[in-house]
Amino acid sequence: MPEQKTGHVHSVESFGTVDGPGTRMVIFLQGCPMRCQYCHNPDTWKTVGGTPMTVEQLLAQYERNEPFYKNGGITVSGGEPLLQIDFVTTLFTEAKKRGIHTCVDTSGITFRADSAAVREQFDKLCAVTDLVMLDIKHAEREAHKKLTGQDNCNILDFARYLAEKKVPMWVRHVVVPGITDSEKEWQELGTLLAQFSNLCALDVLPYHTMGVSKYAALGIPYPLEGVPALNASVAKQARNAILKARKAALAQK
Amino acid sequence: MRNEWTGFVPGVWEREINVRDFIQKNYTPYDGDDTFLAGPTENTKALWEQVLDLSKQEREAGGVLDMDTHVISTITSHAAGYLDKDKETIVGFQTEKPFKRALMPYGGIRMAKKACEDNGYTLDPEIEEFFTIHRKTHNAGVFDAYTPEMRACRSNHIITGLPDAYGRGRIIGDYRRVALYGVDRLIQDKKHQKDTTRVIMYSDVIREREELSEQIRALEDLKKLGQIYGFDISRPAENTQEAIQWLYLGYLAAVKEQNGAAMSLGRTSTFIDIYAERDLANGVFTEEQIQEFVDHFIMKLRLIKFARTPEYNDLFSGDPQWVTESIGGVGIDGRHMVTKMSYRYLHTLQNLGTAPEPNLTVLWSTRLPMNFKRFCAMTSIESSSIQYENDDLMRVTHGDDYGIACCVSSMRIGKEMQFFGARANLAKCLLYAINGGVDEVSKKQVGPKYRPVEGDYLDYDDVIEKYKDMMKWLAQVYVNTLNIIHYMHDKYCYEKLQMSLHDKKVTRWFATGIAGLSVVADSLSAIKYAKVKCIRDEDGIVVDYEVEGDFPKYGNDDDRVDSIAAELVETFMSYVKGNHTYRGGIPTTSILTITSNVVYGKNTGSTPDGRKKGEPFAPGANPMHRRDEHGAVASLASVSKLPFSEAQDGISNTFSIIPGALGKDDQIFAGDLDIEMDEFESEN
Repeated sequence: MPEQKTGHVHSVESFGTVDGPGTRMVIFLQGCPMRCQYCHNPDTWKTVGGTPMTVEQLLAQYERNEPFYKNGGITVSGGEPLLQIDFVTTLFTEAKKRGIHTCVDTSGITFRADSAAVREQFDKLCAVTDLVMLDIKHAEREAHKKLTGQDNCNILDFARYLAEKKVPMWVRHVVVPGITDSEKEWQELGTLLAQFSNLCALDVLPYHTMGVSKYAALGIPYPLEGVPALNASVAKQARNAILKARKAALAQK
Repeated sequence: MRNEWTGFVPGVWEREINVRDFIQKNYTPYDGDDTFLAGPTENTKALWEQVLDLSKQEREAGGVLDMDTHVISTITSHAAGYLDKDKETIVGFQTEKPFKRALMPYGGIRMAKKACEDNGYTLDPEIEEFFTIHRKTHNAGVFDAYTPEMRACRSNHIITGLPDAYGRGRIIGDYRRVALYGVDRLIQDKKHQKDTTRVIMYSDVIREREELSEQIRALEDLKKLGQIYGFDISRPAENTQEAIQWLYLGYLAAVKEQNGAAMSLGRTSTFIDIYAERDLANGVFTEEQIQEFVDHFIMKLRLIKFARTPEYNDLFSGDPQWVTESIGGVGIDGRHMVTKMSYRYLHTLQNLGTAPEPNLTVLWSTRLPMNFKRFCAMTSIESSSIQYENDDLMRVTHGDDYGIACCVSSMRIGKEMQFFGARANLAKCLLYAINGGVDEVSKKQVGPKYRPVEGDYLDYDDVIEKYKDMMKWLAQVYVNTLNIIHYMHDKYCYEKLQMSLHDKKVTRWFATGIAGLSVVADSLSAIKYAKVKCIRDEDGIVVDYEVEGDFPKYGNDDDRVDSIAAELVETFMSYVKGNHTYRGGIPTTSILTITSNVVYGKNTGSTPDGRKKGEPFAPGANPMHRRDEHGAVASLASVSKLPFSEAQDGISNTFSIIPGALGKDDQIFAGDLDIEMDEFESEN
């Protein structure tokens, strides 16, 4: 593996409480191949730019404030952080040496089950990753493509690969009115999740419109113009439906 | 051993006034959870309903329900007052009825008169005449001694919030002594102190003898206050109810005598718990009864009220009393000091509902028991009414029997007091440095006529040099202003009751304060790392600034600017320390303009960090609004670089966070799936 000591960082949130267990330092890396319609960080899309930061700089910042992160750790998010997989691996390798909990928040889109070279890269990453938070945007292939610009094959391959490797996984799913708020989709997702033995949490997020102003600032038309934010109670309903479907599928096995 | 003390572990506390020794020998640390707690009794609910109704009437009346305009408040000035005598287990109000504010003119007659008038009352003209012609007040004394320079600093707001027209507060009497020893023993001790003063009558010896006589008189009055409510508090308290009542009467006497800027209670819960443990063991009271005493006690503390002016309330953003009670902490022997009473005090927030007063303050340590931490967190979530302070930091200096006065001022109970010091506006001081002592708002020459900054652009080294000179001047005029204030307060408005509950030898903290820290840090950073252009008015006074380029901003864990902030505190303190302080006071400083930052900002011109004239400062040691861009930890990290050793009177960082940002709403987050599935099953 080429040791990649410098990453292109979009921003660092020093007090992350919603991206993995405990209070975490969340490093958002620059660049993403996906164009999810509800993305609230369009400013991270471009693969050029970002602030170059070294592993040493980031870990020094972490360690300086370590008392805040007692039950937390580092989460690398994005953008799609695994566009810079070598950097993430280098960062996590050094973090693990220092006993820091590591988590990557990814779409899994860069995974290629049929490429030995890619698998090798991911093997190295998994060896130093304590938790993967995987975004499954839609259970159904075509709908996924419509929503994100990419189909979900690689993503599901990645989830199966993580299960094989026994890497703990949290799945995140955003419920968007008119797109992922049907019983049918929840049913499919629940059934899908039943095959992942490494799944240890499901995080169902209600769609919100806080990204709108960023689109305006970037001069990009907002794809979900007019779609209202989702009521949190529907997200709860979705979570229950997904879990119920998962349970049913497990019972059938 | 005295009868009242039967069952207590003996110690030096029997032979000398030493409450700490009594606590350490007798308290029972509690590691359990909150399941033992009792809810409110019917009487408690009825009384609280009555209070809510009176509060409503008070709001409808415009903020004040009743006011005394005739009787000068003293410890014994009023007859007994009750909500409902048959239902109250702890009694006593500042006047003969609840919600009636007392008249306290010793701090300043004009303030007392204005407080009456602004609230629609008329001060008895005889009282006004008496305190104008025949009896001098603290306020009158101060203005007799002020220099023109001090007056100019005051009216131009470079020194603000000075306690020169009202009671300084910030003194905590050791009210526990009343319960443990009874007043007679305390009088005996004070008489002994008076008998053993030095014998050559230097002015400080004369003052000491006079003060001790005042203290003894106050203690005699305290006994009379007990009698007014039907108690003989000349003897020690015999049980939990008496201990709370005796202690409260001590506190009540203080708030009948002084309308101080902060009238804090101390650290009483673990002390009271010793009585509760004894009574529970002996079957004297049940848990329900003990909780009822505590509920009624806290209810009384919530009803402490003072007559104040709208301006005062503006400055402090409300009508605060700062009845601060410090709870928990860890002893120097390593045992935590959480007791069941710590829970009971906090439980009042549930039994009576949430309230800002008393200011329940948990002395937080990483070594507090986990159950208590959980309980605090839960109570905080439900009530938003607990203040937390770092015991691990303060214990090093103040030991394990200190309390918090006001919001953050720590002092050993009964052994240390503080001369409250308001604050100096360091942001304005920077503008004085740039303009050669001319006030940027009033355009008057307030500071010394030093050479102002020349040229269009500010030069870091030049500004720093000028700023240091100006800070040195400010520290000098500031400390000397405070010297006058505290001299006069001692002379005309002496806290005789509170000081009677102190040792003979008292350590006096000479508090100062800083406003505008983050404004100055960012301004200096802008001057150093960006280009700052001066905009002058027609008289050549710099009134605005244009910042070209970006600069590191305090609040982002960036050493380039955080070090400027830390150095600022150190430098200013070194100048403060270079001055003579009244009564050997030990200088400290605080960075804690928790509410008055808005007022300070209003009176300060534009600053080189890009802040415009009149815009608020950040509160306390906070970064400026919206300038911390890397999240809370980075922001807190910047603040935590400030040297506590130089600012022992407290560094505050006001921090509010929406619940969602503290973690997932567990309604949505599945967490561990197995557990979740169990819950899911039981739901269906």
